[in-house]
Amino acid sequence: MSNRPISEDDLHAYVDHALEAERQAEVAAYLEGHPDVAERVASFSDQRSMLRAALAPIAEEPLPPQLNLSRIIESKRRRPASFRWAIAAMLMLAIGGVGGWAIRGATEAPTGGLAALAQEASDSYHVYASDRTRPVELRDSTELVQWVSNRLQQPVKLPDLTKSGYRLMGGRVVPTAHGPAAMFMYDDDHGERLVVLTRPMTTDQNAPMAPHSGSDFAGFSWADGGMGYSVVGPGAAEQLKPLANEIRKQAQAI
Amino acid sequence: MNDMLHQIEPVIPALRRYARTLVRNRAAADDLVQDCLERAVSHWEQRRETGSPKSWLFAILHNLAINQFRGAAARARHVSIDEAGEHEFGQNAVQEQQLIYQDVLGKLAKLPEEQRAVLLLVAVEDLSYAEAAKVLNIPIGTVMSRLSRARERLQQELEKPADNQQGNVVQLRSKP
Repeated sequence: MSNRPISEDDLHAYVDHALEAERQAEVAAYLEGHPDVAERVASFSDQRSMLRAALAPIAEEPLPPQLNLSRIIESKRRRPASFRWAIAAMLMLAIGGVGGWAIRGATEAPTGGLAALAQEASDSYHVYASDRTRPVELRDSTELVQWVSNRLQQPVKLPDLTKSGYRLMGGRVVPTAHGPAAMFMYDDDHGERLVVLTRPMTTDQNAPMAPHSGSDFAGFSWADGGMGYSVVGPGAAEQLKPLANEIRKQAQAI
Repeated sequence: MNDMLHQIEPVIPALRRYARTLVRNRAAADDLVQDCLERAVSHWEQRRETGSPKSWLFAILHNLAINQFRGAAARARHVSIDEAGEHEFGQNAVQEQQLIYQDVLGKLAKLPEEQRAVLLLVAVEDLSYAEAAKVLNIPIGTVMSRLSRARERLQQELEKPADNQQGNVVQLRSKP
């Protein structure tokens, strides 16, 4: 027999048969000596019995078909939640694809056009101009011209921007959705870099110069005789425009 | 999959019984249980192995019911004892017993929802105090105090003379 006093919790656990056998006996002994408490506990036990009896028939009712677990499992297996999400995702993609196609047609921005070229030049500018380790693949201008002319399968002329204060750093071939493009990089005395991208055009073979810009860069793109050009640099479009004009003039002189 | 079937299926009658004390009628209660079973099947793999499937299922059911109550908080729900007694509870009981059962269930319905839930989970559904605490997401000490208050309160109600059966309406859910 332990000396632990009988608590209120013990009384409820006694009613609910939740005590160890030894403790159950201790509580029973205590109740024998305390008839008032015993009466209360007995009434709780009566409640318990009445509630169980009153509610028992519900648990004995036959299950309706909607609660047939095998059926629920089966229907979940046929269309699991993840599968439903997959369908929704595919629908979204399909709608997005159709929508995107329609918008593309509406805004007249074919992927091979000037807008695509401008995007590719901006991307190259962001990736390579910020690279302090290896911004260009080749620095030797002769080797570079040979390489890119081979890859673009036509003679490519290096724009000379020394009169505008920009030196050639070098360049590389960059991938685009429309085949290889030649990227040339220049910098000035302040270390500011700009990027010129050129590649053959599938659409927009001749296009007037058009500006594009982002929060931290400006650019100009155009196409002459099947070749597209795009120049991207930091700062304002006004400063870049003379450079774009110079590059266009030199390219036309080929 | 078979494991899931064998562990959930035996609990369904108890889930129905508990649901019947939470919502107003058989159809709504069975809908609640169906919802619970669908969730249980979908999330079977995510349940913690440590707990019993029974308390896990009751927790899902209880949370679904709570959410439903919150959604319907503005609507007052009343159940007449006639309906509760004859249609919702114990069809097999003999007449005299049935009256007693109606009386105890009517009085049970007067308890605050939080007290009623503890009493039913512990005294009728045979959940341990720890399991009831998990289902209701409350500390075990709170389970004990609510159980104590539920029993005292129900006893007070039962010691009053039986409610007049005729035209008596009780509020099944005492709090919105």
